Amino acid sequence: MTLDSKVPSGPIEKAWEKTRFDLKLVNPANKRKHTLIVVGSGLAGASAAATLGELGYNVKCFCFQDSPRRAHSIAAQGGINAAKNYQNDGDSVYRLFYDTVKGGDFRAREANVYRLAEISVHIIDQCVAQGVPFAREYGGALTNRSFGGAQVSRTFYARGQTGQQLLLGAYQALERQARAGTVAMYPRTEMLDLIVIDGKARGIVTRHLVTGEIQTHFADAVILGTGGYGNVYYLSTNAKGSNATAIWRAHKRGALFANPCFTQIHPTCIPVSGDYQSKLTLMSESLRNDGRIWVPLKKGDKRPPNEIPEAERDYYLERRYPSFGNLVPRDVASRNAKAVCDEGRGVGETGLGVYLDFSDAIARLGRHVIEERYGNLFDMYQRITDEDPYQVPMRIYPAIHYTMGGLWVDYQLQSTIPGLFVIGEANFSDHGANRLGASALMQGLSDGYFIIPYTVGDYIASNKFAKVDASHPEAQAALACVRQMTEKLLSIRGKRTVDSFHRELGKIMWDYCGMSRNAEGLKKAIGEIRQLREEYWQNVNVPGSDDDINQSLEKAGRVADFFELGELMCIDALERNESCGGHFREEYQTPDGEAQRDDEHYSYAAAWGYRGPGNPPDVYKEPLEFHYVHPSQRSYK
Amino acid sequence: MKLTLKIWRQKNSNDKGAFVSYPMGNVNPDMSMLECLDVLNETLTERGEEPVAFEHDCREGICGSCGFMINGVAHGPERATTVCQLTMRHFKDGDELVLEPWRAHAFPFLKDLCVDRRAFDRIIAAGGYVSVSTGNAPDANAIPVGKDIADQAMDAAACIGCGACVAACPNAAAALFTGAKVAHLSVLPQGKVEADRRALAMVAQMNEEGFGNCTNIGECTGVCPKSIPLQVIARMNRDFFRASLKRRDEPATTITPVYDWKVKTQ
Repeated sequence: MTLDSKVPSGPIEKAWEKTRFDLKLVNPANKRKHTLIVVGSGLAGASAAATLGELGYNVKCFCFQDSPRRAHSIAAQGGINAAKNYQNDGDSVYRLFYDTVKGGDFRAREANVYRLAEISVHIIDQCVAQGVPFAREYGGALTNRSFGGAQVSRTFYARGQTGQQLLLGAYQALERQARAGTVAMYPRTEMLDLIVIDGKARGIVTRHLVTGEIQTHFADAVILGTGGYGNVYYLSTNAKGSNATAIWRAHKRGALFANPCFTQIHPTCIPVSGDYQSKLTLMSESLRNDGRIWVPLKKGDKRPPNEIPEAERDYYLERRYPSFGNLVPRDVASRNAKAVCDEGRGVGETGLGVYLDFSDAIARLGRHVIEERYGNLFDMYQRITDEDPYQVPMRIYPAIHYTMGGLWVDYQLQSTIPGLFVIGEANFSDHGANRLGASALMQGLSDGYFIIPYTVGDYIASNKFAKVDASHPEAQAALACVRQMTEKLLSIRGKRTVDSFHRELGKIMWDYCGMSRNAEGLKKAIGEIRQLREEYWQNVNVPGSDDDINQSLEKAGRVADFFELGELMCIDALERNESCGGHFREEYQTPDGEAQRDDEHYSYAAAWGYRGPGNPPDVYKEPLEFHYVHPSQRSYK
Repeated sequence: MKLTLKIWRQKNSNDKGAFVSYPMGNVNPDMSMLECLDVLNETLTERGEEPVAFEHDCREGICGSCGFMINGVAHGPERATTVCQLTMRHFKDGDELVLEPWRAHAFPFLKDLCVDRRAFDRIIAAGGYVSVSTGNAPDANAIPVGKDIADQAMDAAACIGCGACVAACPNAAAALFTGAKVAHLSVLPQGKVEADRRALAMVAQMNEEGFGNCTNIGECTGVCPKSIPLQVIARMNRDFFRASLKRRDEPATTITPVYDWKVKTQ
């Protein structure tokens, strides 16, 4: 299989315009004759479903939560980037494009990134029109703040709840269509398989999480906006329910999975406090605008932070990266935090933490300014840790946050299965090996509001669709597959809980495929994961039955997929003999400890194909060409 | 520390249900209420019993999934805190915590601590939006919005739709929830255009769902994890009365609440 990215020839500035013109259209009167399935109701899914509904398609939208408004996009705090240049500080579409390609350490597809930057300005317009209450100046204009990896202020925000407000905008647009009858909403319904008929994605198999009913749904195209897979690590900033099941099962039906090892470790999270810990809480990157990160100069300095004099503190980011300082990109900030902790200079009881100190900012700007900018984040920190960040510095440590990898898609966001489109975090396309802060919201909404409505239309207009229903052998086979797995999980009745396996898997992944990786560790991890997976299928205990709410059963299916995906992540990390962005292989670093890329051999996206249980996956390579932003050693010094 | 969790266990709406007491030996004061339930559920599973079903997702207090009564108070004793962020240090060694689900006619019971809150989605679907399709928007700075107005809108828009306001209200009213969306949108110039229609439609759907009437008691704002102010209800009432007096629009239509979960496939 050769991977055709479908990027149009010609100048990058015209690529999307040209593509849009070349895409075929569906007659308005014909749109309602076509059913489209959207799985997921986060920023990408909800915006896609709402927009496709507005256009007149017959849309069915699925989410596993009790309401589409719960999707985890809601938890994004800091903001959304757009190249509006409202601050007159030198921003432009080209600069946002440049920053994103460079921030992604030259492992993203240039044309996709350019389009993202181009569309960013329309997203802000659309969201404001929907009533998203972005922060404003007294004169009524929108205000901005800066974020890591950029030297301009292009981030729009709504206090520390930007994701919530953007998602509610998309959710409200979705509910408007639900009321208008163009979108049928299926909450508490989880996709468990993809139905592929005659080589095309034609439907899904779902399990209803209240009644346990397993059903088939059919459509002319299937759009997955089901988010990332950070929960492979058990402890992450993702919601507890976030999972990879939809994309993983689509992968097993033939969709290639690209760059699975590209995961993002967010530098500012509240450190782990005990074994019972169920998730990690993010503190928005925006805090790095005013907070200064430091550790004691001396190893094992146990004095309280306020008693450590200025001269005995090491503001290591400001020292090492004078031009970006505390605003270096996430991968760089995380790696440096790990390095100082590994040296024995970490703070807090576990020694796995660094200070994020606001005392200078409070002295300079006054407490009320800090309160207005970050009040809700400070409150959240205090609720969790019982410490007052206005008085003592916050303690933070990196945590798994986002996954840049995902199903491979072409420029039109179509996977390698015709009719299967993948949007938002679930695809691999725009962030390369490291995502810049405030770019995830931008990508989700760009895909959903502004790209998928065009590209799905082209697919619908270019294909004929035979009528299919549940009696089709492929549908029956997928149904049987799901039933069999459900029965199997319920029948093992072993000795260990699902969570205990998940925790153990997470620890393997964090230790060997986390912030830094090496060949030996990755090989070891692959062996351990296989062993643990084997035990899982012999010894897991899933109580209850399949005909009512059974949260253990829901988790069990998702964890089964995490085992397989975790192994693929390690295989991918092992195969990529270079360091880039969030993928840091200890063997490949510059003399001063920065990531050392190998453009000669690894300037490609690795797209993996599933070859059945027990067989090693195939790898297909999409070469990445850079005509505009020339790959260089990324420097933030 | 040691605690006793007295939890409402009920398999489904046909089951009778009862409180069951679970003594907890090793509660770490730093863990959250939900992590405490995780620990209990691990033990129950190991013992071969069914774990307690409870709603949760983000565990950062923003998705609105979680919520139950603790000793009669929605989301427990800490103000402006959801149960996922309520740490056990707020309780004393030896305390008994009584956990039960939201109880309201418009929130049909599902299992243990879970209820059906789809009524909220239907209220939003009735008019909780600005009718602007994708592609229709002017430049974001074309209409200035004063900072005070944007802040007011944001205060109301912070609602997470958890349902605590309904559970706390002696009338099981949804006025704070509905008012929050009305207030968020109708103060903004973008949302003012259809403020009348919105207030009429959302109130009509709220009534159709079987929520009680608001009698200005204020329990709702007291338990609200986002401290949505009571003024949003006044705003909703004002918009509603003004719209009713104008009688410019057709009477608002409603949709019939659906309580079962039978999935339609076609």
